[in-house]
Order: sequence, then structure tokens, then C-alpha cells
Amino acid sequence: MKNLTYLRFEILRTLRNRRFLIFSLIFPLVLFFAIASPNKNIIVLGIPFPLYYMTGMAAWGSMTAMLSSGARIAAERQIGWTRQMKITPLSTWSYFTAKVLSGYMMALFAIIGLGIAGSTLGVSLSAVQWLTMLVLLLIGLIPFAVIGILLGHLMKVDSLGPALGGVTSLFALLGGSFGPIFTSGVMLKIVKDIPSYWLVQASRSVLSPSGWPPAQAWIVIAIWSVVMARIAARVYQRDTQRVS
Amino acid sequence: MRALEKDRSGIVLTSLSKSFGVVQAVRAIDVNIAAGEIVALLGPNGAGKTTTIDMVLGLTRPDKGTVTLFGQSPSDAVKAGLVGGMLQTGSPPQYLNVRELITMVASLYPHALDVDEVLRLTGTTEIAKRSTVKLSGGQTQRVRFAIALVADPDLLVLDEPTASIDVEGRRDFWNVMRSVAAEGKTVIFATHYLEEADSYADRIILMARGRIVADGPPTEIKAKVGGRVIRATLVDVPVAELSQLPGVSNAERRGEGVTLSCGDSEASDKVLRELLARYPGARDLEVRGVGLEEAFLELTADDQDQADALRAGTDFNRGQELQ
Ligand SMILES: Nc1ncnc2c1ncn2[C@@H]1O[C@H](COP(=O)(O)OP(=O)(O)O)[C@@H](O)[C@H]1O
Ligand SMILES: [Mg+2]
Repeated sequence: MKNLTYLRFEILRTLRNRRFLIFSLIFPLVLFFAIASPNKNIIVLGIPFPLYYMTGMAAWGSMTAMLSSGARIAAERQIGWTRQMKITPLSTWSYFTAKVLSGYMMALFAIIGLGIAGSTLGVSLSAVQWLTMLVLLLIGLIPFAVIGILLGHLMKVDSLGPALGGVTSLFALLGGSFGPIFTSGVMLKIVKDIPSYWLVQASRSVLSPSGWPPAQAWIVIAIWSVVMARIAARVYQRDTQRVS
Repeated sequence: MRALEKDRSGIVLTSLSKSFGVVQAVRAIDVNIAAGEIVALLGPNGAGKTTTIDMVLGLTRPDKGTVTLFGQSPSDAVKAGLVGGMLQTGSPPQYLNVRELITMVASLYPHALDVDEVLRLTGTTEIAKRSTVKLSGGQTQRVRFAIALVADPDLLVLDEPTASIDVEGRRDFWNVMRSVAAEGKTVIFATHYLEEADSYADRIILMARGRIVADGPPTEIKAKVGGRVIRATLVDVPVAELSQLPGVSNAERRGEGVTLSCGDSEASDKVLRELLARYPGARDLEVRGVGLEEAFLELTADDQDQADALRAGTDFNRGQELQ
């Protein structure tokens, strides 16, 4: 990222948007304490419940954070700011990079916030495990960065709020953020092809001997990223419309 | 130093064309603008001004023809920071104050102006700390102008920059524009106010229905389209006598009514005074602008789209009456 001043203001703008903070940080934290405190000592599918739920909520919050960069793109398209940016030397690539990085920053807040919340409920991991968890979540968010850019070009601001809420909730639900919904059978096979499933499974991975998820996780995340990026690129190219 | 690196050939549009479906927004126009010129693109709504400007800025891809800015493609010129633009539509993004916004935009350019200087020039110093979403229409336009200006561009492109500014604010705006343009910048601005084009441009390019119908110094264009017509009820005075009045270019009679054509508002004022002094019996006096749409009809007389031009011109006329 060549232009640090631009990035700094992008981040500032993201931080000033209270709504994003509430949805990506406050909601998951509240839900975490509400659900995990009474179930502190339960083990879910071999994972201590607070660890599982901490990861699930971190996945939910950070997905919301990533997708909210799409809302910002849609808003800037709608008011014609994107066109104004196109007549500056800022490249399209840098424009999107700044959006993704500020999304990642919000995601980082959500992950760290949930990490702290988790440790108050007895989640205790080694430094290596914490770091592994962080890296896995950040990588698992790549498809959501791309989906955010895609939605930002497909939707109007008015419909974007509900759409983002719906998309994140669906991904979070199917991925098991609120608790595992499929533990066997064909449905489990299907949800394993969804990137949010592997975000939540970061909790299992850090407890595994190797600390890393199976190959399927990497493949699913890579395929989603590439396919979404191709669709987003096509939509972007089509999007030369003037605003009125 | 920059001037040395830069090709002085200015802005060249060659048979530039763009259609939207069946609408031919811009029809094979050729324009040559020398570096340092201040040019007004004058025309009614739908004339193709914005489409032309969007192609100049590289925002819209031409169907046919080419644009070069100082010898480069629009996207290269934009990348090099040579271009500053104020688009017809668009508002600044939220969650920033005015100073932060200008600072952010300035950071994107290789040789931006000092932010405080730009705030001062555009009269936005007092609102520097105000949030971008709490600005009035006129303030927003100034901020948008500051965004275009902070690049210290060689080419400044302004698409109807004074829309939504009151008359007084308009004058301020153009004074600032003039002073920055005096530094040798090339300026292209779109407007549908003849007065604006006349007062602030060195040259007016008149567009209608996607074509250039006239191109020349403001005096020339004004003579073509700025005419006034006086109507009066006046009996017993021969037309030949009326057409001798100083300032009258043509006189006609229909029954008791006479119609006198004059060059511009100055001429019509003179004729009016003379008329009343010489013929106290003159009644029902009425002065009006020829209306740019009528002028267009004349200028595009060989164009089969006359009727469309007239329809497109309705708004134009309203703009003129506002002055
Ligand atoms: N994106 C678009 N889609 C369809 N028609 C368009 C579009 N942009 C402009 N037009 C049409 O092209 C013509 C020229 O428009 P425009 O360049 O905006 O004129 P002006 O700026 O002189 O008012 C108009 O008839 C307008 O309706
Ligand atoms: Mg226009």
C-alpha cells in the first residue's frame, strides 16, 4: 500500500461508523457472555464450550466486519464518490486494498475482543495456539473480503443492510458460529464446503496435534476466494454507470 | 519543471462519439483546446456536455474517436495527476470533516497544493472542521471545487459547477476559478447559462443534440444566441422607419403589433428607451430573450432533429430567465 495517508483516513472513517462497531464487536461479545457463561464447563464435540463459542463469535463478528467494507463501497458508489476517486491517481487496486485492510482492522478488533472475553471464561491457550488461531481466522476471512467487494457492486445502499445481515447470519449459522448444527450425514458434507465452517473450526485446529486444519479447509477457502474474485471482477467491469 | 516534461498540445478530441442505446449523446465531435485556454461547453440539458466531459476524464469509453490530454491518454494523464475534476453529480463521503477530506485527496497527488491554501482559496476555511454531511448546497460545491483544485492540475474540468449555488455565491466561485486559471491552467467547464459562459470563458463551444453548433469567442457566440426581441402595439409607424432605430437588426409588423429584433440586452435597452421617447403611443411593451432553443434552431437549421433540439431546449430557456 503506497498511500499511507489515504489508508489512515479510510481506517478513521471505518472507526467513526458506530454501526459497524456494534454489529462486529458488541453483538458477538454480548452473545458470547450470554451463552458461554452458563455453559462454561460443557464440552462440545471434544472442544471446551467457551473456546468453541469464542471462535464462533469471532468468526461471526469478523465476517460482519469484512462484509461491511462492501457496504462502504456501495455507499460511495451511490453518492458518486467512486467516480471522483477514479479521476485521481489512486488505482482501483489501492482503493479496494484500503477497503479490505480497514475491514481486516475491524475484524482484528472483533477477534482480539473475543479472545479477551474468552480468557475471562477460562479459555487458556499457549501463545503459539493463540497466534495460530489468529492466522487461521485472518486467512479464512479472505473469501469474505472478496464477497464484500462483490456485494458492494451488486447492491444498492437501501437493500445492502438487510442483505449483509442475511448473508453473514446465514454463513455464521451454517458454519456453526452459534453452535454446531450438523454433526453428521450429508448436511455436514455440504457445510464443510462453506468457508465459514472452517473459520469456526479454527477452535478444533488449534487443539489438534499439528495445530493446522485439514487440506479440505485450504481448498474450500481458495476456491471460494478465486470464484468470488472472478465474479467481482466481472461485476466491477460492468459497473461504469453514471449516478444521477 | 513539469511544464518541460509535458506536451503542450493541450486537449484534442477527434471524431469523438458515444451512444446510449438509441440516444446518440455525442456525435463525432472534433475539438482542439490549447493549453491555458478557458473554454465553456454551453448547451441545453441533454446536449451531451456531461458525456463529453466523462470521456475527457476517461470515465466513459468512447464508441468511436479519441481523446488526448497533453499528448497522453486520459487515464495516463489522470494517473500523472495532471487532471482535476468536479463532476456534475456526487457528494463527499461521510465520517470526515472538510479538512480531513481535502488532506486525504491531496495525499493522492504527486504535487498537491498546500491544504490550508486550498481551503483559503475556495473559502472553506471557516467550515474546515465541519463534517462533510453537514454542508449546505453551496458549501458542498465549494468543497467539491477544493477537491478538484488541490491536485494543482494542469487541466481543470468542471461540470456545471455552479448548479445549486445562489447568484452571489456563483460570482465568488467564478472569481476564484479565474484567479487559479490565471496561473496557466487549462479549464473546461460545462454550463447552460449563457451569461456564465460569456463572462468567464475565453471561448465558447456551443453544443446541441450531441453536436458542436458553434465554436468561437464569447462575443461571437453571444451575437448568435444572445439576441432580444421587443414586441409592442404601435399603429401608424412604418416598419421601414422602425428598422432604422439604432440597435434594431430587424423589424416586422403583424396588424397593430410590431416585433423588433436586437443584438443583445444592451441594444434592446437602448431601443426601448428610444421607442418610448419617439412614439409615446407605443403600448403593451414586452422584451424577451430570443431563447437559446430558438437560436439553436437557427444554427442547426439543416439538422433534421430540429424538433428534438427544441424539446431539449426547454430547460435551457429557464436557465436563461434566472439570470
Ligand atoms: N448512462 C446513460 N444512459 C442512457 N442515456 C444517457 C446516459 N447518459 C446520458 N444519456 C443521454 O445522453 C444524452 C446526453 O446527456 P448528457 O451528456 O448528460 O447531456 P448534458 O450534460 O449536456 O445535459 C441525453 O439524452 C441523456 O439522456
Ligand atoms: Mg450534464
